[in-house]
Amino acid sequence: MSTIRTEKNLQNITTAHPDGIGGSPLRPDGILKVRGEFAYSSDMWHENMLWGMALRSPHAHARILSVDISEAVKHPGVEAVMTHEDIPGAKYYGLEIKDQPALAMGKIRYHGEAIAIVAADHPETARRALAKIKVEYEILPTITTEEQCLDPETYGYVHEPDEYKGHASGNVVHSQKLISGLGVTDEVRALADVVIKGDYVVGMQDQAFLGPESGLAVPAEDGGVDLYIATQWLHVDREQIAPVLGLPENKVRLTLAGVGGAFGGREDLSMQIHACLLAQRTGKPVKIVYSREESFFGHVHRHPAKLTYEHGATRDGKLVYCDARIVLDGGAYASASPAVVGNAASLGMGPYEVPNVNMLAVALYSNNPSCGAMRGFGAVQACFAYEAQMDKLAAELGMDPVELRQINAVEQGSIMPTGQEIDAPAPVADLLRRVKALPLPQELDTTHLDVRDIPGALSNTSHGEGIVRGVGYAVGIKNVGFSEGFDDYSTARVRLEVIGGEPVAMVHTAMAEVGQGGVTVHGQIARTELGVEQVTIHPANTEVGSAGSTSASRQTYMTGGAVKLACEAVRNELVALGRKRYGWDYNDLSLVGGKVVSASAGVLVPIADLLGDTAIDLTREHHHRPTVPFDKETGQGFGHVQYTFCAHRAVVDVDVELGLVKVVELAAAQDVGKALNPLSVVGQIQGGSTQGLGLAVMEEIVVKDGKVRNPSFTDYLIPTILDTPPMPVEVLELADEHAPYGLRGVGEAPTLSSTPAVVAAIRAATGLALNRVPVRPEHLTGTGE
Amino acid sequence: MEFLRPATWDEALAAKAEHPSALPISGGTDVMVELNFDRHRPSALLDLNRISELTAWESGRYEGQEGEVIRLGAAVPYTRITRELSAELPGLALAGNTVGSPQIRNRGSVGGNLGGASPAGDAHPALLAAGRDVLVEAESVRGTRLIPIDEFYVGVKRNSLEPDELIRAVRIPVADGPQQFSKIGTRNAMVIAVCAFGIALHPKNGTVGTGIGSAAPTPRRAVEAEEFIAGELAERGLWQSGGLIGPAAIQRFGELVAAAASPIDDVRGTAAYRRHALAVMARRTLTWTWNEYTQSLRSAA
Amino acid sequence: MRVTFTANGREVEADDVWEGESLLFMLRERLGLPGSKNACEQGECGSCTVYLDGAPVCSCLVAAGQVQDREVRTVEGLADPEGGLDEVQQAFVDAGAVQCGFCTPGLLVQSHDLLERNPQPSDNDIREALSGNLCRCTGYEKIMDAVRLASARKCSSSEVSQ
Repeated sequence: MSTIRTEKNLQNITTAHPDGIGGSPLRPDGILKVRGEFAYSSDMWHENMLWGMALRSPHAHARILSVDISEAVKHPGVEAVMTHEDIPGAKYYGLEIKDQPALAMGKIRYHGEAIAIVAADHPETARRALAKIKVEYEILPTITTEEQCLDPETYGYVHEPDEYKGHASGNVVHSQKLISGLGVTDEVRALADVVIKGDYVVGMQDQAFLGPESGLAVPAEDGGVDLYIATQWLHVDREQIAPVLGLPENKVRLTLAGVGGAFGGREDLSMQIHACLLAQRTGKPVKIVYSREESFFGHVHRHPAKLTYEHGATRDGKLVYCDARIVLDGGAYASASPAVVGNAASLGMGPYEVPNVNMLAVALYSNNPSCGAMRGFGAVQACFAYEAQMDKLAAELGMDPVELRQINAVEQGSIMPTGQEIDAPAPVADLLRRVKALPLPQELDTTHLDVRDIPGALSNTSHGEGIVRGVGYAVGIKNVGFSEGFDDYSTARVRLEVIGGEPVAMVHTAMAEVGQGGVTVHGQIARTELGVEQVTIHPANTEVGSAGSTSASRQTYMTGGAVKLACEAVRNELVALGRKRYGWDYNDLSLVGGKVVSASAGVLVPIADLLGDTAIDLTREHHHRPTVPFDKETGQGFGHVQYTFCAHRAVVDVDVELGLVKVVELAAAQDVGKALNPLSVVGQIQGGSTQGLGLAVMEEIVVKDGKVRNPSFTDYLIPTILDTPPMPVEVLELADEHAPYGLRGVGEAPTLSSTPAVVAAIRAATGLALNRVPVRPEHLTGTGE
Repeated sequence: MEFLRPATWDEALAAKAEHPSALPISGGTDVMVELNFDRHRPSALLDLNRISELTAWESGRYEGQEGEVIRLGAAVPYTRITRELSAELPGLALAGNTVGSPQIRNRGSVGGNLGGASPAGDAHPALLAAGRDVLVEAESVRGTRLIPIDEFYVGVKRNSLEPDELIRAVRIPVADGPQQFSKIGTRNAMVIAVCAFGIALHPKNGTVGTGIGSAAPTPRRAVEAEEFIAGELAERGLWQSGGLIGPAAIQRFGELVAAAASPIDDVRGTAAYRRHALAVMARRTLTWTWNEYTQSLRSAA
Repeated sequence: MRVTFTANGREVEADDVWEGESLLFMLRERLGLPGSKNACEQGECGSCTVYLDGAPVCSCLVAAGQVQDREVRTVEGLADPEGGLDEVQQAFVDAGAVQCGFCTPGLLVQSHDLLERNPQPSDNDIREALSGNLCRCTGYEKIMDAVRLASARKCSSSEVSQ
């Protein structure tokens, strides 16, 4: 009897390699991936499995008057049709605030909200059945603009006032004020020689991971469910799923299937509850795979933002104050909005010393698509605005934009506007110096033109006409890990035993490998700490404690740290075994090359001999140092675990007549504390930079009156290889003594500064203000919004 | 849904006569998107992949067309058009090279563009520019009908085929002068045209052909622009002298091309941008083709 | 309907295929060949690229019924029969071109085809050939490295064999 398709990544993956941390051994899952044998969540398959599918609202705001499923139920091949009435447990779920119904109840709050689900023998059967469900709507006026959201008396509530949970009130999900120094008063303003004001807009970006939301729910004999799923955080999924199913958590078991990218978009639930509900109802395995179109409705996006900034500075370029307001559109449900607000407020001054600050960041409920986690959240939006401000200020002062930034850059010992001291290296000025010092790419050779080198490429729009080059710089600051008093932790289990005469370490965590290479790093840490070559990575599941989310640039820090702790515990126990057996009294023992080694006495014993038939199997939790919530009124507090910095220099060619852009080069410099795997570090920086490039020049979910107008890869464009330039990367390794191995989270920082650097380069080429991203050809040619 | 798999062209015509609502599928690059995204459920699919003559081209002389003509099988993929016909059909070869991705170009064909008749189809501007005597061979069990390209496009995604007709081939005169094609997309590869422009100089009869894509309900030519520039070239004896057209006439040509469009605002671009970009592309491509023409005059001299 | 064709050198047969099904779906769900990936199903990402009669195509845009009696080669068919990786596959692993890996199968088939046609492509040739394959993780730099590496290895091994 075949069960789950037994691809190898759902079993252990073993790798043998000498490289510990600091090396770049090959990914343990790499071979499976290039063979096409790695089992992604959409590859899951089970005999007799059904296909699940959801009926989604074509309206953004409506009352559901009736749902008639009678025809759908009768459709041949359909095994279940469910609405909210069929949910056995809790009706609501949510990441931070449980405000989202698992299936719409009475009201539709965004375009694409799921109303009913179907399980059938084939996707086409399910589609035809969905088409037979009759829903009567009373269409309501949408609440989508800032003005409408902030005036619920006139325009209405997205959630009725008595439904509000957490901090939310009115149509405000969360807000955070921040005042430091003297705040921004008339007296403070008077201290500035120059004042720069700007209004900025950031469009709604999509994570656009390639592997669509998908998974397989298998009903278990004990009445529970086994779910094979692509997610960022197995345990928080389970916390949200189990109550809806009316099951205790231990009856909902999750195993990580292959994840085709995440970037924040898998932090919230998508099809998990629906697949489990249908499996529970039918008693059969149920697979759900979103289409690309459904994927655009199935996950949260990056918050679009409106940002208003006013900077004052002295004539010699020192910042005096900043007054800023950031309004984030959170959409219909809260998702991670509160954390996004916290980041925007606390990091919204950028990596600069600003003595006097007045900041307000707020996230709104609206009838737009829900927004939540995406790489760099909160900090990305702010970085676009404050970096544009820096360029404007430099221009106003006649200063070099890099020099202006360096004059104001934070460094170790600087006090953030939250009052938190930066107690680790913060080489902001040096990162800028480094990207600036890199040689510039060659000028466009107009005598030997290759259209592939110029804007438009094969579309053959220019043979050199209209092309102007520009160079731009930017730098950003991002926090690592979960902030504001959240006791974030991760769990690792490490087992050391002898297999086939060799000592083998097995690492078991619930860390979601989403592509970042955590599994590679775990092997490296185990090799370094235990002196073994063979490391086995156990499939991530809920049998071990939570690893927290693969997000916030935290996973190597947190779960890498947990693996390190567990390895140290295993090592201590192994050494204790040796002390007991051989009476060692050395204090200079380490595990190297499969042996216990004393620095003074040399090799003592092979690990395999010492272990014999014993297996050492220990689990450890890793907590980072505590943080505190930001004060509600002043934003003060030791809120962040760690800061991370990246600087970019962008070189672009712009066809100024057609408004087409080709990024020629995008150089980055980033401090990573310690590069546990240099190849992966560079890969993260280049990947993050490219997502920032996408936001700069092409990526936007276009929403009109709450309706998504481009839910496809035909019209939501992400960079191709012809849009993505060479990306030289300078990696600094200045250790953070608070972090395991001194490492610093890598993944998000490059996504911040890439966008403003590209836009600064386009400004340099065109002389245009460009206060909105993505920059469209229309903006460059004066032909409309 | 039925799946019809004719082995020969005659079987295909018979099948289409019997199932007029059957949707022909060849490269599948449009049809399958409609199916995968549940936008269309035809009563039957009529697979044309087994009919080898559709993927062949030949050159020859045909009644009603001057000079040498390429008879391009409806399903010759764009990759082959670009590789095999860039001398004979340079505008179409350039247009074909902007279609989707390499994988799409291995499957997509002019027959598919014509069958779909989307205003964004990349082949259309090149076909329009290639001349008024470009003919679409529409066949049915009733016989062959030659549809002039100007009469082919009748509405948004509508063409003048009868329900029982299939596209057998397109007859395109071999270029007698330089041709160019430009297309706007908001990234540097794999884009559906925001707008596109094709141009062909026809020194033999002293005309200039144009084609506008994605900027009107149907692909269309810029008739006034064509007449204006042909008049300039003739009146000033430029075809013979190879002299400069001059910025004023080039500018005017661009304006007339832009004026010929009737674009809309949509998610891919604004109407204003489309008009603007058409004018720029018209000026540039006219300049490129004219430079090439004058160089050929000089090297012939 | 029933569809019979050759997949990776082996004659295969799928039954009860819905007429609107794609080659991609048939490979993944009926024939145990899920290596080709379902990222967009509209020909915009290249993740489902397979060889069809020797030409790389998006298998999501080929109707299942269209491959009757034809030859399909997927990512699962790139390695040699003994299981040794193709040079392109090995280079993707070695160069760090694989992160989440969802784009990888399509990129491998497309890169394989490029190097078959042009063993020493310029950077622009690589970019042009791979312009229909979206990757969201890597920023493509390591993918460029991988194709360059595969090209270098291919050329040096063919020199040796000569």
